[in-house]
Amino acid sequence: MSSIRNHFSSLHDLREKAPVFLAVLFGISIYASACNLWLPEDSIFYVSTYTITLLGKYLCYALLALAVDVVWGYCGILSLGHGAFFALGGYTMGMYLMRQIGDRGVYGDPILPDFMVFLNWQELPWFWYGFDHFWVAILAMILVPGILAFVFGWLAFRSRVAGVYLSIMTQALTYALMLAFFRNEMGFGGNNGLTDFKDLLGFNLQSDSVRVALFLCSALVLALAYCLSLLIMSSRFGRVVVGIRDAEDRARFIGFKTENYKVWLFVYSAILAAIAGALYVPQVGIINPGEFSPLNSIEVVVWVAVGGRGTLYGAIAGALLVNYAKTRFTAVFPEAWLFALGALFVGVTVFLPQGLVGLFKNKKLPWCNRKKTGEEQS
Amino acid sequence: MKFKKFITATAVALSMMLSLSAVAADTIKVGVLHSLSGTMAISETTLKDTVLMMIEEQNKKGGLLGKKLEAVVVDPASNWPLFAEKTRELLTKEKVDVIFGCWTSVSRKSVLPVIEELNGLLFYPVQYEGEESSKNVFYTGAAPNQQAVPAVDYLMNELEVERWVLAGTDYVYPRTTNKILEAYLIAKGVAPADIMINYTPFGHSDWQSIVADVKKFGSTGKKTAVVSTINGDANIPFYKELGNQGISAEDIPVVAFSVGEEELSGLDTGPLVGHLAAWNYFQSVESDENEAFIKKWKKFAGKKRVTNDPMEATYIGFNMWAQAVEKAGTTEVDTVEQAMIGITTPNLTGGVAVMNSNHHLSKPVLIGEIQDDGQIETVWETNGTVIGDAWSDHLSSSRNLISDWTAPVSCGNFNTKTAKCSGQNF
Amino acid sequence: MREAERPLVFLRFKFIDFRRLNGGIVVTYLVKRFLALMLLVFSVGSLATAVAETDLRQISQQLVGAKLKALPAIVEQFETGGEEALPLLDAMLNGRLFVRKSDKLIVIAERQQDGDYALVDALSAESLSPSPKKRLKKVKVNNRLRVQLREVIARITLSSDDPDIRESAVRNMLNKMSDRNIAMLAQAKKVETDSTVMALIDLALAINVLKTTDVQAERLTALEAIDGSLEPIVFNTLSALLAQDDAGNNLEADTAVRAKALKIKDRIQQKIDFYELMEKLFFGLSLGSVLLLIATGLAITFGVMGVINMAHGELIMIGAYTAYVVQLLMPNSLEYSILVAIPMAFLVAGTVGVLIERCVIRFLHGRPLETLLATFGISLILQQTVRSIFSPLNRQVSSPSWLSGSLDINPIFSLTYNRLYILLFALLVFFILQLVLKRTSLGLNVRAVSQNRSMAKAIGIRTEWVDAMTFGLGSGIAGIAGVALSQLTNVGPNLGQAYIIDSFMVVVFGGVGNLWGTLVGGFSLGILNKFLEPVTGAVLANIIILVSIILFIQKRPRGLFPQKGRAAG
Repeated sequence: MSSIRNHFSSLHDLREKAPVFLAVLFGISIYASACNLWLPEDSIFYVSTYTITLLGKYLCYALLALAVDVVWGYCGILSLGHGAFFALGGYTMGMYLMRQIGDRGVYGDPILPDFMVFLNWQELPWFWYGFDHFWVAILAMILVPGILAFVFGWLAFRSRVAGVYLSIMTQALTYALMLAFFRNEMGFGGNNGLTDFKDLLGFNLQSDSVRVALFLCSALVLALAYCLSLLIMSSRFGRVVVGIRDAEDRARFIGFKTENYKVWLFVYSAILAAIAGALYVPQVGIINPGEFSPLNSIEVVVWVAVGGRGTLYGAIAGALLVNYAKTRFTAVFPEAWLFALGALFVGVTVFLPQGLVGLFKNKKLPWCNRKKTGEEQS
Repeated sequence: MKFKKFITATAVALSMMLSLSAVAADTIKVGVLHSLSGTMAISETTLKDTVLMMIEEQNKKGGLLGKKLEAVVVDPASNWPLFAEKTRELLTKEKVDVIFGCWTSVSRKSVLPVIEELNGLLFYPVQYEGEESSKNVFYTGAAPNQQAVPAVDYLMNELEVERWVLAGTDYVYPRTTNKILEAYLIAKGVAPADIMINYTPFGHSDWQSIVADVKKFGSTGKKTAVVSTINGDANIPFYKELGNQGISAEDIPVVAFSVGEEELSGLDTGPLVGHLAAWNYFQSVESDENEAFIKKWKKFAGKKRVTNDPMEATYIGFNMWAQAVEKAGTTEVDTVEQAMIGITTPNLTGGVAVMNSNHHLSKPVLIGEIQDDGQIETVWETNGTVIGDAWSDHLSSSRNLISDWTAPVSCGNFNTKTAKCSGQNF
Repeated sequence: MREAERPLVFLRFKFIDFRRLNGGIVVTYLVKRFLALMLLVFSVGSLATAVAETDLRQISQQLVGAKLKALPAIVEQFETGGEEALPLLDAMLNGRLFVRKSDKLIVIAERQQDGDYALVDALSAESLSPSPKKRLKKVKVNNRLRVQLREVIARITLSSDDPDIRESAVRNMLNKMSDRNIAMLAQAKKVETDSTVMALIDLALAINVLKTTDVQAERLTALEAIDGSLEPIVFNTLSALLAQDDAGNNLEADTAVRAKALKIKDRIQQKIDFYELMEKLFFGLSLGSVLLLIATGLAITFGVMGVINMAHGELIMIGAYTAYVVQLLMPNSLEYSILVAIPMAFLVAGTVGVLIERCVIRFLHGRPLETLLATFGISLILQQTVRSIFSPLNRQVSSPSWLSGSLDINPIFSLTYNRLYILLFALLVFFILQLVLKRTSLGLNVRAVSQNRSMAKAIGIRTEWVDAMTFGLGSGIAGIAGVALSQLTNVGPNLGQAYIIDSFMVVVFGGVGNLWGTLVGGFSLGILNKFLEPVTGAVLANIIILVSIILFIQKRPRGLFPQKGRAAG
């Protein structure tokens, strides 16, 4: 118990690291962007657009990991379905981008996306209306996953579905959504999903500067989400949430409506995931139902576990690290990657319950420890 | 001073991390973009091996333009966004001159914007739904009019089929193929009540109800056939259920568009004997080229390996590209693209493949019956070859579209009515 | 009651098995032929047969090098050969008829273990020396030819001694009512003694009457004769009688005939509806039994031990691969390898399970969410291991003949044997497991530990050992499920993933910690699915069920049959 308390009364520690984290994040992003835009291609410092896109993708994953960490690390809700919110966010953005294609699609239909023309659809389904406006897409990006998370959370937390059951239910949720989006009748392009995007807010998605802008945008959003989460977690709300995680019954007996806290936290986290998805889609250029697959959601949990849950920067570091390793490893030994990933799962859960952050925390930064003990005593 | 050094060191370290710069060598680079892990690895690994074999052979002949060919293999891991990412990697980091790759339609769709943006060259070797023609892609697999339509003709004329079950996995290839076939059948005078369309999810394994429905549908006394666009894994339980419910190929033949020798090799084909497959190539076809190809393949990949249609498509695509490069004298994409049109090369069934101006091939269409040794014996074939049609004439949306990459049209989807070219990314 | 159930189930197993083994008409026939020929060789007479044989040999020699298009004419001639030609026709139908290249002899070839082909002269049934495939050329057949072959065989076997063979011959001719076939049937009717065959012949003749005569009385009698028959052709004939043209006029002018036909058709329709319902129920039960099998193991590891075993699917996969390996090891007895595979799969998957428990799970006690992650990692490792050893390609586990085909209850209702056996097998496994848990000391220990771990420890139960054994038991049952699945679907590295979510749904729906809940949960989900599927399609049915389980769990967080008492904590 004490170890857990140690682990999580570290908000001060977190707050101290925030500037460091933000400095590193922006430092790298701006450096990479500058190298891409202003250096000639043959310079050894040149960063290719490929790398920029790759980094942008990592940042989106990091944001997703942050979202999972907020509910899992701080509230003990292990969601195996965050991929669903991520994908829903991605789809709203994808729908906007599809509408932006206009009559430049292969069939030249000014309204219907190609896949609808292709399947002989006569008119746009109602849920596609309005997606030609960016603000509608943004609104939908927040509302759709938000409402889904609210309804799901409200039902689940009110009837006190918790722990393992909740995890399995979230998994079923994302699985059901995956099956649904695979259906061509749904009007989301079936297995092919949405692709062949042309431009975003009038900017050509293919150009290097737009790619760099999207990458910087991801970094900015990640930083904002990090600071916001930090604020929330150090507020009274955050303390109650951590209290619920450690002893929900006690929190309830004291008089907190624990389910309300959980629901709102869950909604917040779902929206973060959705934003990550929306940033992800224009950078990778496709969204399809594969993103809903339960496997993806579980992988996110592993990033968080590897980095260290309950520490926001840990989740982000975990996501970046595992994904970087994945890119490198799959290029060299595609076969060995699953072994490595599997071993990572087992090793981290058995030997490193606090993740990589846990390894460093107590040893390397002694001044943090001092503060922490001080906090505990007070 | 120290600070400056530190900054430089960090910058160097960062750059090392961020860019894995490829060492330039004087070779022609061939990108291979096939999934080596994940669900599609089953099918795609074979094609990777085929390309590697072809490269090895070309190098034995002295390479191309006096340079050796070098394969750059990446693994997109059956992950569609990863296909786009890896394409970008191949084109910008590895600077490959050509890519052979993709299997599923969604992977091709994912790659398409990238390859058009960066002006690469992709050879796509699998039968697909058509409705596409990109300047940067050559389609060496069959379009629907080179596989589905002739197969239906065969059933209608030779087996006198009157009732049709169009069964497929729910994704774009079966959807489009079935749309085309439905339109085609109705145009041929088949009543809509005599057509049953059914879609199932990927990897569907419980076929009891559907097979029972097919059985009922086929028990009205009219000759019934199933046109199957069921994908990969779901086929085995489907055929097993057919066999167990006592539906034999004589009662209700199933003609499949996605079942080839490779798929059959993991399957007890006893109960399948007599069911049909439609392709442009079978391993059992007797021709000198085919014999040589099979021999080479077995030597390269192993004695027990079989060959199949997408392999032939890869073979043709590779040979055509090599010829086009020789003809153009360069690997520069725009020149090679123009040089490709009109290139001919022997196919493996004893005929000649021609690359048409719509980036699709002319191919013979073969209908075969599955044998108990897992091979497919030709029972019918078209006279001569059929030109691949990028835009189906049977769909209202694409009736007026044509593709022609030679001047003056130079467009992948040119509307003959409005004389407009739409949907181009360059 | 439970004790009574077991022998009963076992008996039915045996019974059906026996019937199936006798089902192969061809095998019996070939044996008969062989004996008859033996007799012929030793008795000197029978000149007539000898003459027939030379004729047949001439006909059969035409097959050498014949084009596919020329074959129908040749096949037609074989009918004159009568029973003598049957083995040849049968081999041709099954693609086993070859031409020996050296002497152009028509032979029946059967692949042997060593890869060579055992040869038998197609007409004299004389054994010849085995030959490699290179020296043989297959006589080509296609679907059209197979249809013709079946018809020719039917005509020949119409006068067979075995009523079962005669029955299938008549049934074949039922669908091809040429004048010639009708004449033959009328001829056969005169000498027919078997009542079933007789009824079928009557049916065929009655349908013919309906199609050809205009005499009202004859037609009404014919209608009487087909009343109540469930043969599809009867229903089709009636539908044709009652059909209307585009303008809405009746095609059948005779009102009396029409009225009677309508009445009969309605009666048949009622029966069809009933059997369709039964069929759906069976499909549902069958799907339910698969769900039960895959979920039972999980019900133990998850329900009793509280371990979220995400590697459960991979243990199923290991079971399926065990079936494959056992089959490779016993190439000579494919019929029974599956029976050997069941205990083997239990052992192999059980051992893997014990290893997982000992090496990983025991360190994660009381941290269910962590077991989820760790076992997920294990599942990835197991998948990749299998992929490395057996290649990513699907492997083929062939079905023994007693597991293929179907039990025909009537012409429109049949139960496929593999599904039937799996249904029975799932119940058997379930009840044996109940016995183990209720009647053995291991079961007692397991229940004690699951109810109150520290108390169990206090009274001297080796909880560590019990944990390992419980996990092993659950994993072993997953392995057995894998053997069953190998008969239904692909054996490949992704086998487990396809079932993991389903099995969790069943356990959670039924109520964790309650095996009976798993039983009821599995069957009700299976039946629900199969009743939804025709209405909504397969995908939507699946989605609806998932969503309703999610909603159901919100309403009753502990499933259908919640565990009661202290253990529930």
